[in-house]
Amino acid sequence: MQLTKEHFEPISVDLRQAESIKRPSLSFWADVWRRLKMNKVAMASLVFILILVACASLIPILSSNDYFTTDLAGKNKKPSAEHWFGTDDLGRDVFVRVWYGARISLEVGFAAAFIDLIIGVIWGGLAGFYGGKVDEIMMRIADILYAIPYLLVVILLMVVLEPGVGTIIIALTITGWIGMARIVRGQILQLKAQEFVLAARSLGADNNRLIFKHLIPNALGPIIVTLSLTVPSAIFAESFLSFIGLGVSAPVASWGTMSNEGLSAMKYYPWRLMFPALFISITMLAFNLLGDGLRDAVDPRLRK
Amino acid sequence: MEERILEVKDLHVSFHTYAGEVKAVRGVNFHVKRGEAVAIVGESGCGKSVTAQTLMKLIPMPPGEIKKGEILFNGVNLVNKSNKEMESIRGKDIGMIFQDPMTSLNPTLTIGNQIMEGLIKHQNMSRSDARNRAIELLTLVGIPQPEKRVDQYPHEFSGGMRQRAMIAIALACSPQLLIADEPTTALDVTIQAQILDLMKELQKKMNTSIILITHDLGVVAEMCDRVIVMYAGKVIETGTVDDIFYNPQHPYTKGLLRSVPRLDLNRDEPLTPIFGTPPDLLRPPVGCGFTARCESAMRVCQEYDPELNDISSTQRAACWLQHPLAQNRAGS
Amino acid sequence: MIRYLGKRIIFMILSLFLIVTATFFIMKAVPGGPFTSEKNVPDEIKAALEAKYKLNLPLHEQYLDYLKGVITWDLGPSFVEKSSTVNDMISRGFPVSAHLGAQALLLAIFGGITLGVVAALKHNKWQDYSAMLIAVLGLSVPGFILASFYQYFFAIKWGIFPIAKWEGFEYTVLPSLALAAMPIAFIARLTRSNMLEVLGQDYIKTAKAKGLNTVTITVKHAIRNALLPVITYLGPLLANILTGAFVIERIFGIPGLGREFVISITNRDYTVIMGTTVFYAIILVVGILLVDIAYTLVDPRIKLSDAGRE
Repeated sequence: MQLTKEHFEPISVDLRQAESIKRPSLSFWADVWRRLKMNKVAMASLVFILILVACASLIPILSSNDYFTTDLAGKNKKPSAEHWFGTDDLGRDVFVRVWYGARISLEVGFAAAFIDLIIGVIWGGLAGFYGGKVDEIMMRIADILYAIPYLLVVILLMVVLEPGVGTIIIALTITGWIGMARIVRGQILQLKAQEFVLAARSLGADNNRLIFKHLIPNALGPIIVTLSLTVPSAIFAESFLSFIGLGVSAPVASWGTMSNEGLSAMKYYPWRLMFPALFISITMLAFNLLGDGLRDAVDPRLRK
Repeated sequence: MEERILEVKDLHVSFHTYAGEVKAVRGVNFHVKRGEAVAIVGESGCGKSVTAQTLMKLIPMPPGEIKKGEILFNGVNLVNKSNKEMESIRGKDIGMIFQDPMTSLNPTLTIGNQIMEGLIKHQNMSRSDARNRAIELLTLVGIPQPEKRVDQYPHEFSGGMRQRAMIAIALACSPQLLIADEPTTALDVTIQAQILDLMKELQKKMNTSIILITHDLGVVAEMCDRVIVMYAGKVIETGTVDDIFYNPQHPYTKGLLRSVPRLDLNRDEPLTPIFGTPPDLLRPPVGCGFTARCESAMRVCQEYDPELNDISSTQRAACWLQHPLAQNRAGS
Repeated sequence: MIRYLGKRIIFMILSLFLIVTATFFIMKAVPGGPFTSEKNVPDEIKAALEAKYKLNLPLHEQYLDYLKGVITWDLGPSFVEKSSTVNDMISRGFPVSAHLGAQALLLAIFGGITLGVVAALKHNKWQDYSAMLIAVLGLSVPGFILASFYQYFFAIKWGIFPIAKWEGFEYTVLPSLALAAMPIAFIARLTRSNMLEVLGQDYIKTAKAKGLNTVTITVKHAIRNALLPVITYLGPLLANILTGAFVIERIFGIPGLGREFVISITNRDYTVIMGTTVFYAIILVVGILLVDIAYTLVDPRIKLSDAGRE
């Protein structure tokens, strides 16, 4: 190393420039999306769910078969070019019935999650925001309802109400929102104690602004994660009910009823059980994996 | 008294993260003599805690990795030791105190139990002997009613008391070296002084060497014999407390001193902050890491990294301003 | 401690009271009487039947009567199985269900904790990935599908275990495995994430700095603390196993209470539905209380005197 006099010329350093931020800053949601995109499993699940939604909406319309036409001459057929997934004991096309079942499962899953979200956010948000007596009373009510086992309530309601998709959604949401309400309340209570809320308040923000601008957006991460895990649990509950004979009634096809019908004939016609079972499992798997991915993306500290 | 209990030579430590290799420690050299208290100072992220934890090989590996260098403890290189061999050194020959006494104690075990663990492991004590020793240690660190306290859980202790208990744990087996990683940062100011006094007193009593990691220069003046100043993963200046406080050589050390209030200086003199932030150790700079924040920066600083040069028999600094050519310029 | 227990027990009785009341009125809200399906019954027999089941009384008297029944543990006669009472059915079916449930519970706890601990200790290694794959599959494949899958392979194809019935230990293996799958998965995930969190805590570093070996640190410092939150999951776990048993008992033809319950639903046997629901609710509420008490006893940080629900 040859050092010359020139090396020791002073250089001017812009001290203000030293304060510059060296890495580009990303907004919270852009960052979440970036992390989610890097998670191959979660992205594959998301793509699978999108394809599932598309097929469930289109295939029952486009297919030359339908879910209710019986054909006693062609019952219990093996999968073939004409009936891709074979036929059931009344000669109905299993392929179309499975996609029709997908419709019901997705409808139930999304609707239950959406209703849980609305009730849960309002209930938990109010309880958490107002605190004190209001919180005490609201959460006691939730606690008592929560003490009753979920599936037991759903079963009781299904026994008395008219069977159907709408009934299932009502039964699932009647106590289903409590989980969401608890999450939201916990988040709001935690956020409320933080300084930025005090700062906003001291700058004159009113309650509406506080709730909608400061509290809810910051609680959004856990809300979305809970939401994404509500969908598979609703899909599971629907198939469970249909399986024990409390869900949609014939001739409508749901994955649960199809599994139930397929079970008795499992030994000789395994495909009648296999296809609906496969669809329930893979769909739940996709939603669970997407939920895990979302959780990791929303809160990287939780990444395990 | 020249016996070096610890000598660190050219230590490099990196962490492999998803963004790349973070070179947290980039060639650190220093030593600690028996019975001496040495401070390592520097701002957050300068590598002082990583250095301290590497000494006991407590950094998680992976993602951490000792890339290069030697840690000679009583002349034995710890870098090559297996985890099993390290276990018989940790707690016995080297003790460690951590920053936050709130989280450094296991909440579901009694204080006594946590002190006894090391004694049972390293000194083959029976449970009842270890318990008696634990009570002695609690007395030693100034906890009242030790017979009762020994069976209590950490949540029944205040912050200062927990740090005393931590000290009791660290000193249980009378280690030759005590590493204290910001032991007073999480405590109230009044408690800080008590804990420092306690450490100083115990150091004298047990003739333990201490490495004190801190960013608080007040603590340094109170406790230590020598100071090591770290910046961006390197040692940039070392010296006795007097050297560093009264004759700092590196612009960073000067900046550090100007940014804390001192009673011995004119009270009208304003406090000056050091502008800017330390460099990103994902992409460490080629030259001196302080260039971008240095008022006396020269062209050479951007191109070459300065090495530690002797200023006196006790003081060394790594700065191009020490180079004869720079001295000439300043003179002319 | 006593005040806390008293408060919890009052709260529990209140919950149970609400459950009984809600169940009663929901069942009474069913359109049409329970005998509308029996079309060929002459009016006088119908009246006699209604008198037997006290359906001729005004609603509030029926309700009080039912409450009294619950308190004195007399859940009334079955509508459909004319010779037995609900009490008979419970004492017949519950021991079987309890046996199956206990087996599944133990399997879930030990299996789940083992999987979770192994996964956390081998974080990001193949053991971790395979444990978590098993766990996410366990969460995603419903019990009734898993049960039929087991039957198809282990009973029909390979003949390792009997396909159904309840006549000895080998009959319990498949149903227990099917029933425990989801709880195993849940406990494994919970244990793993708790373990990872605990392993990152400062006190683990303190333990390491003391020179303790990996086994001591893992067992004494990490697993102990990681398992505390798992205890709180035991309440929901109980609920999960009770409801899961509805379908598992049906698929495997096990004469337990769960199967009775499902049959009573198909038969619209209202007193049985009502009685079993109340019985399940009592088990669960008491179970959850016991779990909470156990938790406060195990975790020294929680003192019962001031343990609120905060």
